[in-house]
Amino acid sequence: MSMKELGVVGRNVGQRDLESHARGQTTYYEDVHYPRMLHLKMHRSAEPHARIVSVDTSAAEASPGVVCVLTHEDLPGKKVWNGLAAVGVGPEDEPILAFDKVRWRGEPIVAVLGESAEAARAGAAKVEVDYDPLPGVFDVEEAISGSLPALTAHWPNNHYIYPDDHGAAQIRFGDVEQGFAEADHIVEDSYQTSPIEQAPMETNGCIAKPGGDGRITVHTNTQAVHFARDNTAAILGIAPGKLRFLGGTVGGGFGGKVDVAVEPISVLAAMRTGRPVKFKYTREEEMQVSSTRSAWRLNIKDGVMDDGRIVARKITSYQDSGAYLRFSSYGSMKHAGHMPGPYTIPNVWVDARVVFTNRPPSSAMRGFGVMAASFAIELQMDKVAKTIGMDPWQLRLLNAYRNGDMRAHRKVNEDAAMVETIQAAAQLAGHELPAEYQAMTSWDRKAS
Amino acid sequence: MEDKLIRLAVNGRDEAVVIQPLATLQDVLRDKLELNAVKSGCGQGGCGSCSVLVDGELQLSCLTLAERVGDAEVTTLEGLNETNAIVPLQQAFIENYAAQCGYCTAGMVMAAKALLDRNPAPSRDEIVEGLSGNLCRCTGFAPIVRAVQQAAQALSDTGEEAS
Repeated sequence: MSMKELGVVGRNVGQRDLESHARGQTTYYEDVHYPRMLHLKMHRSAEPHARIVSVDTSAAEASPGVVCVLTHEDLPGKKVWNGLAAVGVGPEDEPILAFDKVRWRGEPIVAVLGESAEAARAGAAKVEVDYDPLPGVFDVEEAISGSLPALTAHWPNNHYIYPDDHGAAQIRFGDVEQGFAEADHIVEDSYQTSPIEQAPMETNGCIAKPGGDGRITVHTNTQAVHFARDNTAAILGIAPGKLRFLGGTVGGGFGGKVDVAVEPISVLAAMRTGRPVKFKYTREEEMQVSSTRSAWRLNIKDGVMDDGRIVARKITSYQDSGAYLRFSSYGSMKHAGHMPGPYTIPNVWVDARVVFTNRPPSSAMRGFGVMAASFAIELQMDKVAKTIGMDPWQLRLLNAYRNGDMRAHRKVNEDAAMVETIQAAAQLAGHELPAEYQAMTSWDRKAS
Repeated sequence: MEDKLIRLAVNGRDEAVVIQPLATLQDVLRDKLELNAVKSGCGQGGCGSCSVLVDGELQLSCLTLAERVGDAEVTTLEGLNETNAIVPLQQAFIENYAAQCGYCTAGMVMAAKALLDRNPAPSRDEIVEGLSGNLCRCTGFAPIVRAVQQAAQALSDTGEEAS
């Protein structure tokens, strides 16, 4: 088939919703308007780690325009959950509304329903929680050092336990210790990424509308509409068929709208009051409460030969999951899946741990796990190049994976394009490569 | 404080609305008049997604008290398409792929209109300055700037107004 016959490949194709965007006619969850709609605001933990001594909602309930308040006692189904429970991830560890303890500043405790957003906000501010503060855990390596108490009974060492009792997502390939013993140089460093908020233009939110047929319609900006519906049903202990979730255009997500953060409590409030309920995160909540990309710490140790070959790489990494699991076990699996970077190294040892701290729970964001791995590995490659006095482009070309190489995950590499990509980048950047490096391909490593 | 009846001139229509004290223009446009192109990204004047024109001047409707608008003429993005025909500025956004999720687009178009109405032949720097109060998180600003450049060119070619 010639390019001429192809309708889409190689052409600019119109974006279907562009005209609607340009006219301002695209419908987002918030663009449906119901009469008698209630607004939900959350009273959130002021402490990063504390025992809850008492919760007093009487002033909130008496606040003008407040219709009702909901605490963990009002939850008809689950009290704690994990979004991936249906696919076997567990144990479920995150309270839907906090009880007995709070484990991060911003954790939801009491939902307040008001006739207006302002009435709900004023009511939520009047909830009184008496805390008995506990020491906070904010550093991943300290968290698992054994010197601090466990944040929950689920994770006695403050890190996630994968199936088969593995405390980390692991890779064991070759013998790194032997590799280090044979190496001419040892290059070690520690790398740290920060949490990053997805910061979509439209904050997390939904509108739950009871219908006359006993079903609740939920207009939501979730990135995962069936996932959100099934989790909402599971949390509330109701049949998924009772819920009609309508997604639509999401006003930016980037992974920040998959946590099912607003729907369950809004549906419960709609069931309780029989009225439409809107729960919209303020910008402040979006920045401070909604989950971020995890912060990651990576300790990398490389064994390197004088000629630039990396013969051993050992990585211990710590994903700061915050107070609860959410999708972090998947994040660290993906993270480990990108080790040891796009390089062929004969001896690889990786422990990628999910660690619990008193920070806000972290979750998905564009390639989560991957970005932290690439960031640390590429900084490490530069450090290796500098240590042995080699051009960093040449170091990468020398070690780049080739077709046919056995990867650390016991998969034979195919469709590699690393060598050609570096060569093209060098050309664009005006970086001169020696002839033997220009002659390298992904199909052989003869030039090395 | 009691609810209050006010009159607003919006997109060429005279509207009577009952508002709560301290209601913002954004609240009234979105929730009372259901002019949904007025978005609400931050509610604190930081993102520009609620931008409208008040007597031709660019205003953040989330920081504007509805009852202070008085007799001024309010224009939302919907006001550009009263006859259903798309205007050159909107066409330029479409042709330059200047939107992805679309949430910032209405505010961007209004900020661009305000700029082109007072300066029909802006430099690139002037366009960047004119859009500097409006945030986008997915498309990136380059296609948006290109759209406004194209719209300015189209206007100078045809001698039309921006919208």
